[in-house]
Amino acid sequence: MKEVRIFERPRSMADVTTHYCPGCTHGIAHRLVAEVIDELGIQETTVGVAPVGCAVFIYNYIDTDMYEAAHGRGPAVATACKRIRPDLTVFTYQGDGDLASIGLAEVAHAANRGENITVIFINNAIYGMTGGQMAPTTLLGQKATTCPLGREAKVNGYPMRVAEMLATLAAPGYIARVSVAKPKFILEAKKAVRKAFETQIAGKGFSLVEILSTCPTNWGMLPVEATDWLVEKMIPFYPLGEFKVPE
Amino acid sequence: MYLWMAKGRVKVFEGRCKSCGLCVAACPMKVLRISERINDKGYRPAEQFKEGCIACKMCAVTCPDVAIEVFRIDEV
Amino acid sequence: MGEKVLMKGNEALAEAAIQAGCRYFFGYPITPQNEIPEYMSRRLPEVGGVYLQAESEVASINMVFGGAGTGERVMTSSSSPGISLMSEGISYIAGAELPCVIMNIVRGGPGLGGILPAQSDYFQATRGGGHGDYRLLVLAPSTLQEAVDLTMEAFDLAEIYRNPVMILGDGFMGQMMEAVEFKPAPERKLPDKRDRAVGYRARRGKRALVKSLYLDPAALEAHNMKLKAKYDLMADRETRHESYLVDDAEYVVAAYGTTARIARSAVRLLRDEGIAAGMVRPITVFPFPYAPFQNLGSQVKEVLAVEMSCGQMIDDVRIGVAGKVPVSFFGRVGGVAPTVDEIAEAVRRLRKS
Ligand SMILES: Cc1ncc(C[n+]2csc(CCOP(=O)(O)OP(=O)(O)O)c2C)c(N)n1
Ligand code: SF4
Ligand code: SF4
Ligand code: SF4
Ligand SMILES: [Mg+2]
Repeated sequence: MKEVRIFERPRSMADVTTHYCPGCTHGIAHRLVAEVIDELGIQETTVGVAPVGCAVFIYNYIDTDMYEAAHGRGPAVATACKRIRPDLTVFTYQGDGDLASIGLAEVAHAANRGENITVIFINNAIYGMTGGQMAPTTLLGQKATTCPLGREAKVNGYPMRVAEMLATLAAPGYIARVSVAKPKFILEAKKAVRKAFETQIAGKGFSLVEILSTCPTNWGMLPVEATDWLVEKMIPFYPLGEFKVPE
Repeated sequence: MYLWMAKGRVKVFEGRCKSCGLCVAACPMKVLRISERINDKGYRPAEQFKEGCIACKMCAVTCPDVAIEVFRIDEV
Repeated sequence: MGEKVLMKGNEALAEAAIQAGCRYFFGYPITPQNEIPEYMSRRLPEVGGVYLQAESEVASINMVFGGAGTGERVMTSSSSPGISLMSEGISYIAGAELPCVIMNIVRGGPGLGGILPAQSDYFQATRGGGHGDYRLLVLAPSTLQEAVDLTMEAFDLAEIYRNPVMILGDGFMGQMMEAVEFKPAPERKLPDKRDRAVGYRARRGKRALVKSLYLDPAALEAHNMKLKAKYDLMADRETRHESYLVDDAEYVVAAYGTTARIARSAVRLLRDEGIAAGMVRPITVFPFPYAPFQNLGSQVKEVLAVEMSCGQMIDDVRIGVAGKVPVSFFGRVGGVAPTVDEIAEAVRRLRKS
């Protein structure tokens, strides 16, 4: 009998315990990014941009060169880095408050200019780090600390579908929405993350993967319940799929 | 049963486990559970409590804390 | 080299930056500095650089953050309202200890204010603007030649102190035509740009982390104290001023930038009238040259701060003078510059009172 290790921590993922809450799927998204970096052999030449949000410490977890950007400004930081050093692979990792609210202009214009960068966008329908306030992506009826009775379209408008919105632009190369709620989705998510990085490496312009992710803590659910809720409530509103693929 | 499937086992890095249970829910063979032990962060780590692992990696793929390694056991 | 060329102020500033080795410019249009980005958009591609028009000043300054993180020479330029928008990013750049140059061609405020020259952003330039305990090295040239010289040095200073350097100009300087000469900056020992920049992991054997977050209070305190030590070192080594006819002066005008240029003529006029006037002209406004005010001779009767503001630099003048003699103020605002006669008259009034 012989034992073969068939799953282990990716090299680009630092061997430390994360600060994330139990069952928070930020960790899965991190691992997918690290696996893709390993598979493409680009650890030494990749630069990440951390957001302001729960994932700010991604710079402690993904073992590449890293910036920690101001809230929402990751795509601007990444733009300059990539323009100056086109030989590097540059990605941002941003939450939905960071990207879809305060940083909407930065991501939209980076996408519109076709900046050759990769954006990993974590949509957990909430502001995780600051304690569960409403995000632009919070679903109608979903409760948050700043919409305690549930989000109402009359007051707060509708949840924002970022992937579809950015896919209306001419320049982006690859835009997809995936989820990390269940293993079968995670395998698809991995493919999308890989395609996004490959799009950049092939010089085909802006790539973005929106990842539907859980926030058990601020959703007030157990981790497994949160993954079920994501499948039942989020996916119907935020359909999974590719919205733009490189020609 | 499952003769066509691989045989495997998992190793849980107990110190990294946060007892979230996602791996338990993901395992198609139901060979994982949350143990009674308490790790140094105060969590009860997951464990493989019986034979029957088919090395499908679903637990590891879904573990947000990269606390699981999977081994395939080859008959030689 | 050694050759004088007639240039518009904003274009001379831009050319000086290029000659200083700046290859990357990120900015957003705003009057009265548009000739800087326009010139850059033309010239940078010629020298293998990148000009990028950002979607806002918020984006420009964060592009500067990203660009500076690569270790290359990067800059932006703007005017007052734009600098306000950049303040958050400037704070992050200072916090992350990144070198860059920011040109601020000040116009009147508050709010949208006007498009004509002003010095009403002295507080913003010297007291932060953004949040947190940080300082910019702020150079305040008075002539175009000095603006060119200081710009040539600014990139070195930014790298030596790993700190943003601001060129504090105003609309007059930006719009005037003057003959200038591009002379290389005095040679200084510069740190290796690869030391802390992203993109050199293989060579350095260690990854780069560009950040301003220190959640642990002890770590943040240590970081704050390190920054403070740096600002103290700047004060020690980089403080600059010009004293003009101060040795026997009874009335000392304090003025910087374009105002100092006008005040110099006023001092000459007063001297012709037999009035012992002089001028102290800060060239760096952070660090501020307190010493020339501390060391004013016992013959000095009064100091007059002259600014195109309602009185901002006067606070620093008062700190320097420390109550030894009265400090009074004369200013014009709203885009109006004081005339030579107005300044001279303000000094004459001091004698009478
Ligand atoms: C300019 C600014 N405004 C507000 C904040 C406070 N803040 C920190 S994280 C955050 C929201 C983060 O939410 P999201 O981007 O969705 O990330 P998550 O924590 O959910 O992953 C806010 C508002 C800040 N740091 N900076
Ligand atoms: S607050 Fe939410 S997003 Fe943040 S770590 Fe906890 S579960 Fe994850
Ligand atoms: S590898 Fe598959 S069968 Fe084995 S424990 Fe993990 S999920 Fe269960
Ligand atoms: S998924 Fe990972 S962290 Fe969660 S219980 Fe299983 S081993 Fe522990
Ligand atoms: Mg969020």
